[in-house]
Amino acid sequence: MPNAHDVLFRTLADPTRRALFERLCREGEKTVAALTARAGISQPAVSKHLAVLKQARLVRDRHEGRQTHYRAQLRALAPLIDWTSQMAGFWQSRFDHLEDLLKRMDQ
Amino acid sequence: MNETSTETLSVVVERELPHPPEKIWRALTQPHLIEEWLMKNDFKPVVDQRFNLHADWGTVDCQVLAVEPNKTLSYTWAAYGLESVVTWTLTPTSTGTNLRMEQSGFRPDQQQAYQGAKGGWPRLFAALEQVLARTD
Repeated sequence: MPNAHDVLFRTLADPTRRALFERLCREGEKTVAALTARAGISQPAVSKHLAVLKQARLVRDRHEGRQTHYRAQLRALAPLIDWTSQMAGFWQSRFDHLEDLLKRMDQ
Repeated sequence: MNETSTETLSVVVERELPHPPEKIWRALTQPHLIEEWLMKNDFKPVVDQRFNLHADWGTVDCQVLAVEPNKTLSYTWAAYGLESVVTWTLTPTSTGTNLRMEQSGFRPDQQQAYQGAKGGWPRLFAALEQVLARTD
């Protein structure tokens, strides 16, 4: 299981951060001010969360005049989509080990 | 859309095994046997009991949800900040046992079973599905 999952899951585990990300997914590009208006936390706190999201490549920023616009980067979510296929592979190999063990065990 | 997301976020592996359920149950519930096919552990087949699975890539935090000897075993499976539930079902057949493992996460209807999960994942995945449908 690669480290990319770790970063992604940790980043999105925070409910406030996840809410910001969801809003960007649903509503498209937004400025920090627009995000703050409905986030229920201060602008510095919003900026801090956005910085963490940016580090995880979940958002991209764009400067325009004195405003910074943020946009969700959906490609970053690919590892989440792969979760089921990775887990399926994991369990298939565990089942193989289990079958080997059962052959060795007494009734 | 909801049905699709439910399906894709659950993993099912199922096999016919030429062994009786009682024997498979031992392999699923005795720590020294679990270690041989899954991971090092301090498992106890007691509801609410917390245990860990250890591998070289990390630790999985678990808690037993249901134990019905020789029939079903279910526990939470938290790794990488993501919670899911693993459920084993043993069904006797004429030649042995049908063993079914289902790992499901993030399903709103199972949210109650997750300790510590705050209901955010289903919403996130719902949002994600919408967005992915749009970008395709």
